[in-house]
Amino acid sequence: MKHRLSTRLWHWMNAIVIVVLFMSGLNISNAHRYLYWGNYGFDPADAWARVVRFPAWATIPQRYDLAEARDWHSLAAWPFALGLLLIWAAMLANGHFRQRLSTRPADWTPRAFIASLRAHARGAGDVDSGYSPVQRILYGMVLGVLLPAMVLTGLAISPGIEPAMPWLVDILGGRQSARSLHFIAAWGLFGFVVIHVVLALTDWRRIGAMVTGGRRKEGIDG
Amino acid sequence: MVEIGRRGLLAGLAALGAGACSKIADSETGRSIFNAAEGWHRAAHRALAGKQGLAPEYAPEDRSPGFRGNGSVTVDSDFYRGEMASGFPAWRLMIGGLVDQPLALSLADLRALPQRSQITRHDCVEGWSAIGEWTGPQLATLLDAAKLREEARFIIFRCADTLYGRPYYESIDMVDAFHPQTIIAHALNGEPLPEKNGAPLRARIERQLGYKHAKYLTGIDAVASLDDIGAGKGGFWEDFAGYQWYAGI
Repeated sequence: MKHRLSTRLWHWMNAIVIVVLFMSGLNISNAHRYLYWGNYGFDPADAWARVVRFPAWATIPQRYDLAEARDWHSLAAWPFALGLLLIWAAMLANGHFRQRLSTRPADWTPRAFIASLRAHARGAGDVDSGYSPVQRILYGMVLGVLLPAMVLTGLAISPGIEPAMPWLVDILGGRQSARSLHFIAAWGLFGFVVIHVVLALTDWRRIGAMVTGGRRKEGIDG
Repeated sequence: MVEIGRRGLLAGLAALGAGACSKIADSETGRSIFNAAEGWHRAAHRALAGKQGLAPEYAPEDRSPGFRGNGSVTVDSDFYRGEMASGFPAWRLMIGGLVDQPLALSLADLRALPQRSQITRHDCVEGWSAIGEWTGPQLATLLDAAKLREEARFIIFRCADTLYGRPYYESIDMVDAFHPQTIIAHALNGEPLPEKNGAPLRARIERQLGYKHAKYLTGIDAVASLDDIGAGKGGFWEDFAGYQWYAGI
């Protein structure tokens, strides 16, 4: 299986952008380390979660600076959101989604999960053939749920967007709920990235393939 | 200890990238890219919501049980303490700058104008939110009464409070100045404005974050440019710590 140029460009651009968003986001989180449900929330006594203070080495910039962190976050939000929109348009137009990411009911069974993991451990998988059911589900969830959730919850906590889409804040359960969901989805994405990087490191060919496109194997890639 | 080695490597890479980030942020080019991104957000928000699009308003039962005071929570002067104790009889809001009819308005003058009450949500840049009912005349009413001149492009809010030894001030453009929800509030939840929330007067700029909502108002100036005011970036936090002038995100 060969990775398309559009996939590779988006993948690496998005990787950089996500690191900037995540690390500047940790800096922003340090400004008020309490999360609430509903529309309002300012009293730590009403918080459902008290967040740890993230250390300076984990944040952008490398000291507590809410203003500069917001500069990075607001800048990186553009390539993140527009990139996601473009890659979805490309995936739907060029058949990537249908061929490589869509699943059948049989892919969601424990048997398919175990078979995928065994195949991955053997070193088979995406470099040689198509994505396994586990990969299809994981990538589908990231592309279809977690990444759009980051964009939508981010829009919802921007007061300048709200007059245009008040319904977005409402369906998320209010502004502070949207802020909590933004935080939860960010850590969901962090979890994915950790698993993704660990699995990719088990076979360097996979990383090479995401750079060069990889080998083209007859009859598999259209 | 491979584990520590890998962790050290990751931390090193993070520090390297973040070091590059601060170089970019401190550079002229970096600054202009940040400003451009801020401008795109403002343009996108206004294209999507329209210049007069309203921030959501809530029902009385949606109000938060309290309303946090943040930043300055008082004005440190004998005049202020005396006024606070006696209901601000001598407090005046001076409307000047690029206007044909400068005004000096007392609280009674402001209360005699047509009033707008709105239950809105206040979002601080730090992340928290509170909901309360604000009452006061629309800024547009005051600017019309003062006969705003054509060349005015920004409205400056002058404040009695100081932070870190500097006078607080803020500014908005004419889109926000003439927005129906932009009011000069003298009441919160039906009571005169509490001291920590900016007594006797504060601006409400409902589509932007809290630091734009200047408190302890003493004056409103119409100007053509922000360059000669403060350090020229349009507000206390903008000048002092590099916060974004457009705070709609």
